[in-house]
Amino acid sequence: MNPTITAATARRVLTQLRHDPRTVAMLLLVPSLLMSLLRFVFNDERAFNHLAPALLGVFPFVVMFLVASVTTLRERTTATLERLMTLPLGRLDLILGYAIAFGLVAVAQVGVATGVCAWLGLDLGGSLWTVLLIAVLDALLGMALGLLVSAFATSEFQAIQFMPLFVLPQFLLCGLLQPREQMSQVLHWLSDVMPLSYAVDALGRATASADMDAALLTDILVVAGCVLLALALGAGTLRRRTR
Amino acid sequence: MANSAVAATALRIARTGRDVLRDVSFTVPACSVNGLLGPSGCGKTTLLRAIMGVQAVTAGVVEVLGHPAGHPGLRRRIGYATQTPAVYADLTVAECLRYFAAVLGAPATDVDRVLADVDLAGQRDRLVGSLSGGQRGRASLAVALLGEPELLVLDEPTVGLDPVLREDLWSLFHRLAAAGTTLIVSSHVMDEAARCDRLLILRDGTVFADDTPDGLRAATGETDLERAFLQLVRERETV
Repeated sequence: MNPTITAATARRVLTQLRHDPRTVAMLLLVPSLLMSLLRFVFNDERAFNHLAPALLGVFPFVVMFLVASVTTLRERTTATLERLMTLPLGRLDLILGYAIAFGLVAVAQVGVATGVCAWLGLDLGGSLWTVLLIAVLDALLGMALGLLVSAFATSEFQAIQFMPLFVLPQFLLCGLLQPREQMSQVLHWLSDVMPLSYAVDALGRATASADMDAALLTDILVVAGCVLLALALGAGTLRRRTR
Repeated sequence: MANSAVAATALRIARTGRDVLRDVSFTVPACSVNGLLGPSGCGKTTLLRAIMGVQAVTAGVVEVLGHPAGHPGLRRRIGYATQTPAVYADLTVAECLRYFAAVLGAPATDVDRVLADVDLAGQRDRLVGSLSGGQRGRASLAVALLGEPELLVLDEPTVGLDPVLREDLWSLFHRLAAAGTTLIVSSHVMDEAARCDRLLILRDGTVFADDTPDGLRAATGETDLERAFLQLVRERETV
């Protein structure tokens, strides 16, 4: 691993995005737009306050999953990945370069969405920074999973379809639609192994009270651990030598 | 074998149960322009990938600049241009080159040098995606030239270029060879064979001929290399 190469890779990914202003606009505004829509669907501050914190994590998670899986798939299917694998670039340089670039985008995306939510009347208690941290972790989780699953897609059609396959089950089981305790044993067990469940739990706890308690810290650590695990597995899917 | 840049011995590569290359042995002399020729699908790209160390080898050995192919120490010493241009369509030419120069640890001035070499200085601030196919291929070639590698492995670098540009590139290849670079250049058109110092002709995954253009002419009694090639095919088929 080489910090100069990692930084150059992050800069390159951000430069690529800069040449695509429409994608940047969508990355920054779509979660905020969805949150605004949600506010008017409920037309009730209490219901909005109940759901919004969790969705503040879920929307960036979904968006980043899609963007990351398509971007890295493009790198794999055009010859650029093969070229990079013949150069003095470590696999972690590439993965971390992507993580840093998309992490910065996630910070901006979540920052805008949180600001819009506050303006729409979301009461974040005293824990704005904790909520921001968790939401950025959620976005990074989406990015890391997107990077990872792109290894199993051979076309962009497949990559796009991994979204409903990997993301929607996590959304259904994360406790947003039905409290996890009320699910059947099997579903509860499934939701226990899905990282988004911990992210949504953490956001619920962080908005319910301003204190950082052990349960909240555990949730955050689980999500962060999943991000690192997915990034490591993603690096493992990059092969220097192929058949 | 101090004078050979690349040496392959009894190389066999099987992909999806089929031998793409079998019993391929050859050496590539240093500081020369070597043509890898043969019809489409004869295994040229697979052989070049094996030299780069990105192709899994079934049997045999490929030695590159004194190391086994794919050795980490070779990553700064070989320049590689794949058949499909390996450049980022959503970057400008200069941004793209700056990125690869940073990965290689090549000086920033290298970007201007390689742009001039491939005659793309005028396009440096254009998005790669907006370039013509031939320009994109030259942008990819420019990346391979970064860091002044000792060995250049170029997969069909002249496809889709007009005759003037093709001429320019071949004289660039010879300038580089004169300065001490070894080049392996693949092509499927025989009229480029005459520009090479040595020819390695593949057919159906085996070495069909390994000679200088003059040697090939003398062996077949033909002056035109395309006819010489056809003559060889006929001779072998009647045996």
